[in-house]
Amino acid sequence: MEIPYTIDARPDTGLTNPKLGIWLFLASEVMLFGSLFSSYVLLRTGAESWPVQSSILNVPLATLNTAILISSSVTMVLSWAALKMNDFSKYRLYMGLTFLLGVGFLVVKAFEYGSKFEHGLFPSVNNFLGIYFVLTGLHGLHVIGGMIVNGYLWGPGSRMWRTEPEKLTNRVEVAGLYWHFVDLVWIFLFPVLYLL
Amino acid sequence: MAHTASTPGHDAHDIKAHVRVYFMVFGALMVLTLITVAVSYLHLPHTPAVILALVIATFKASLVAMFFMHLKGEKQIIYWSLYLTAVFFVLVFALPMWTEGDHIIGTQRHYWSGGSGAPQTPEHSPGPNHE
Repeated sequence: MEIPYTIDARPDTGLTNPKLGIWLFLASEVMLFGSLFSSYVLLRTGAESWPVQSSILNVPLATLNTAILISSSVTMVLSWAALKMNDFSKYRLYMGLTFLLGVGFLVVKAFEYGSKFEHGLFPSVNNFLGIYFVLTGLHGLHVIGGMIVNGYLWGPGSRMWRTEPEKLTNRVEVAGLYWHFVDLVWIFLFPVLYLL
Repeated sequence: MAHTASTPGHDAHDIKAHVRVYFMVFGALMVLTLITVAVSYLHLPHTPAVILALVIATFKASLVAMFFMHLKGEKQIIYWSLYLTAVFFVLVFALPMWTEGDHIIGTQRHYWSGGSGAPQTPEHSPGPNHE
């Protein structure tokens, strides 16, 4: 059975079903991360003392990760634009770059976490480290999820270009919306956890 | 920008114009990231530092949402979904603050803890760990 309105817009919403679906999913993700940010605010303001975050965390590495993720957002939207302009090889280039930048982000994160653990800084040590690992860990899981989708769309999923190019273009756009949201969460995580 | 059914390449000229915008937004995001880090080195007092960091982050997020996520010129149903989300987001922040955040907003749990009924000044009110 074919899912309806994956290429043509629904007459009532004016959108394809996947597009509306992903936005509604992102709305739920806003609530997920929002509740964790709310927890952070309550934990920090209610604490008798709170560590100087920038003295525990690695600001230069996190700045690099911010640049990596912003770059991956650009390459993601450029991969969609390439498909809209009928340039499949450019699509594969930009989607491939998006995936590699995701790998880069996770590698930097692995170094960060490894360094914390080496110094005995585990989530159980204090509330700051607890909320730090939960927030960045959940964000990291979202990055991995996005990379699985992006990897599929770069690899076996890209075969759809030959048979249903518009459907693939729309799939890439929807995957892009998710990926930009992951970047958006980091845009808030970075200053809140590393700089304040 | 048309997101409805269209043959790939049909609005390629429009897309080329958008690609230029994407690179400009990328540049702006990088500059704003550096500004965010630079401001942190100023060691401003806590409240202005928080406000400034969140204002810059919100502006960066708006750029990503408006241009990369194509929210600019999107259909009304998406906007209304996001307005509703914003309302619930504010609630998910405000409700814990209101119920548990006496230490933040200076309210007194005195009335709920069965005290004498006379309001007390914040210096004399029981702390959050003294119920």
